[in-house]
Amino acid sequence: MKPANQERTLKWPAFLAALPLFGILAACAPDDEVRRADGESPAEQSYVAPGDFDDYYLFYSGGHSGNVFVAGIPSMRHIVTIPVFTKYPGKGYGYDEVTKEHLGDFTWGDIHHPALSKTDGMYDGRWLFVNDNAHNRIARIDLRDFKVKQVLGPIPNTSGNHGSSFVTENNEYVMGGTRFSVPLPKGTYAHPSDYEDEFNGVITGISVDQETGEMEVGWQVLTPPFNWDLSSTGKGPSQDWAFFTSYNTEMAHTVLEVNASQLDRDLGAAVNWRAAEQAVADGNYTEIDGVPVIDPAEVPGVMYFIPIGKSPHGMDTTPSGEWIVAGGKLQPSATVYSFERMMAAIEAEDFEDEKRGVPVLNYNSVVEGEVPVGLGPLHTQFDGRGNAYTSMFIDSQVAKWRLPPWSDEEKEDLESVVVDKIDVHYNIGHLVVGGSDTKEPYGDWLVAMNKHAVGRHIKVGPGIPETSQLIDISGEEMHMVKEAFTDKEPHFAQILRADAIDPIEVYPRAENDHPQAIWDFDDAEVTRNGDEVEVRMISIRSRFVPDVIDARVGDTITFHITNTEQTPGMTHGFGIGEMDISGNIDPGETKTYKVELDKPGVFPFYCTVFCSALHQEMQGYLSVAPAAEDTE
Amino acid sequence: MQAFLKKQEIFLSKPLNLWSRLCLVLAAICMGATFFFPLWEIRLVAPQYRDGLELYIYSYQLQAGNDGQHLDEINLLNHYIGMQPIREADFVEMTWIPFAFGIFILLSLRGVVFGRMGNIVDLFVLFLYFGIFSMANFYYRLYSYGHNLDPTAPMTIEPFTPVLMGKNRIANFIQYSYPDVASYFLIAFGVLLVVAAVLSVREKPIVPESHTTA
Repeated sequence: MKPANQERTLKWPAFLAALPLFGILAACAPDDEVRRADGESPAEQSYVAPGDFDDYYLFYSGGHSGNVFVAGIPSMRHIVTIPVFTKYPGKGYGYDEVTKEHLGDFTWGDIHHPALSKTDGMYDGRWLFVNDNAHNRIARIDLRDFKVKQVLGPIPNTSGNHGSSFVTENNEYVMGGTRFSVPLPKGTYAHPSDYEDEFNGVITGISVDQETGEMEVGWQVLTPPFNWDLSSTGKGPSQDWAFFTSYNTEMAHTVLEVNASQLDRDLGAAVNWRAAEQAVADGNYTEIDGVPVIDPAEVPGVMYFIPIGKSPHGMDTTPSGEWIVAGGKLQPSATVYSFERMMAAIEAEDFEDEKRGVPVLNYNSVVEGEVPVGLGPLHTQFDGRGNAYTSMFIDSQVAKWRLPPWSDEEKEDLESVVVDKIDVHYNIGHLVVGGSDTKEPYGDWLVAMNKHAVGRHIKVGPGIPETSQLIDISGEEMHMVKEAFTDKEPHFAQILRADAIDPIEVYPRAENDHPQAIWDFDDAEVTRNGDEVEVRMISIRSRFVPDVIDARVGDTITFHITNTEQTPGMTHGFGIGEMDISGNIDPGETKTYKVELDKPGVFPFYCTVFCSALHQEMQGYLSVAPAAEDTE
Repeated sequence: MQAFLKKQEIFLSKPLNLWSRLCLVLAAICMGATFFFPLWEIRLVAPQYRDGLELYIYSYQLQAGNDGQHLDEINLLNHYIGMQPIREADFVEMTWIPFAFGIFILLSLRGVVFGRMGNIVDLFVLFLYFGIFSMANFYYRLYSYGHNLDPTAPMTIEPFTPVLMGKNRIANFIQYSYPDVASYFLIAFGVLLVVAAVLSVREKPIVPESHTTA
């Protein structure tokens, strides 16, 4: 926006005439359009000059687009998309044999909560885990090459893996919780009217190999059909625990917006994953669909229920691991629990109730306070300086407030710990502060991810995007700095310092272990074994070798294509017209494509990535002769 | 004429003093040091190769930036203009130049032991011949690469000679070609030979005993 003082150059009469306009301009200017104490304007704060780098990565979940979006902070520029659960022809994802296997039987997924891997409670820059709320999967993205390395699932006994993927302090487990309970094991029939008796939920611990990152389902804890919602993992003193919210303690199975909103408090859960691990080691479990499932009523110490304000959503642990903050969607406060008092209550068996054999901690014994942040509190993040930031869906605001310890005076009137509020546009869901789920948050930026962008952008038809707003939280007051738009639908995000990782830009030739990789034109060949045709091909500027391939109808043809380049940016594509193949082979990579040939003709293939001046010439022909019997 | 030859003989048989011999030892060390550094650096810079593609020519090997990847990249780009790929195996010089350098070291040390002005002159003349020959050879190499272009290459360009020393534009590339550390050691070698000669130029010739008795 043009600074208003540029108008000073106007001549007097014009200036006078412009006075009323000034008033209107001032009224229109967003309240947050203010300079910081050091005089830097929002534009200067977020400006990253062409050729300059951002300070942070922002890994957005892409929701039901099935992708992860990567942007830079502070520019908020979208830099790249990481396809995970959806075909993405732009990156050749879902067309070669490896990524086809990642997709499995599904064409989409619903990514909600990305989680960076951690060592000693700090981001270690190795992996990004993302959950699939729809098909109950977890994927692991390697931050060395920003590619999916494993997709685990569908996870047995889980329907709607929403409370995921939150990582324990040393990548021991990625947590999961089932949102929609079903009769177990999956595939069992029971009528939803028998919900309370026949349906069950589970909380899942997905173990992670410390060396390779390979995930497998470790164990599950059987629960009533509560609709597990969100989760966070403990840190420091609470490192052995994970905390969950649920929003259907009523165990309603129809018209949940009413029937699951009847109780004033729902039940969350504190799960001791070390105790769960021990229960499995001791054989205290029943196997359901191949997973050791622990009944918490029979193994005391694995799970405790915690009463939480009406229809809660987020459940976030502070960097110190001492406090756990829950948002109650239908209660205008953020509830702060003391981990120390939770442990004391467990020790003293200070329980207010029991639900299916699981103790319910005494609410008054474990709650430190209910902070009246505003309407529709969902999620809370932390800056590491003792402040919390809670998103409020209904108020369309972020509230900044001080974590305990509080003085007696403050405890009397917890409104006094709310120090600042900022408008966001509109209906904020998640928010993220870099490193909030580590022991040492970065604490300078907050990104608000808002669900409704109505009126925030030039019109693009009814399918409006989402807004993400960058807010400066380095000072006492919050300042709006930048707004960006994304496709549907960022739920949560993670922020990582740019210098925390050093991703590769080519695959070193020495690391290529594809058995069919070739590096020399002389090794390029087409071999036939019955009706199996195998092509070992090289792609290099600006040709395919070989580029004329003969086959017959009825053949299955397999292309193993090695991009022998070792130069950053020299990715080559492999598109076959009317055969639905869009390949992408990065420098030093070998990929395998399989096509069943069911029609005769000549099918041009070409490089889909503009690689070089003679890119257009980078093409070839797959000529498919009629089947042998037809030619006789 | 006879007198001139006599003078020459006297000059060539002058003994080398301690300082001269020390210079020859230093010269030998300089020559030895060339093995550890490149003789020449060629760098190709273009908008998309901001940091340049680097080639380092040693007396016995060809090295390229980014673990040799830059040479592959240069060859890949050169195929568009039909230039022969640059391959270390094609540089026969790289077998005999190290051998020549070894001889220079031995001849320097010979000068240290025998200590005659003639040793330096022999060595310097050989070295000069070597220098001129190898520069010409290097120029011829560059000329050949730039002139033996495959006529069926995608791009037809006017045959050219990549610059030997200095800066030159070839299509979208700027080529920089400069001597590198080992070349400075070679220059130091030559200078040390001259210094060694100068330092002993006032030494009295040792007249052979047969001469005095005659």
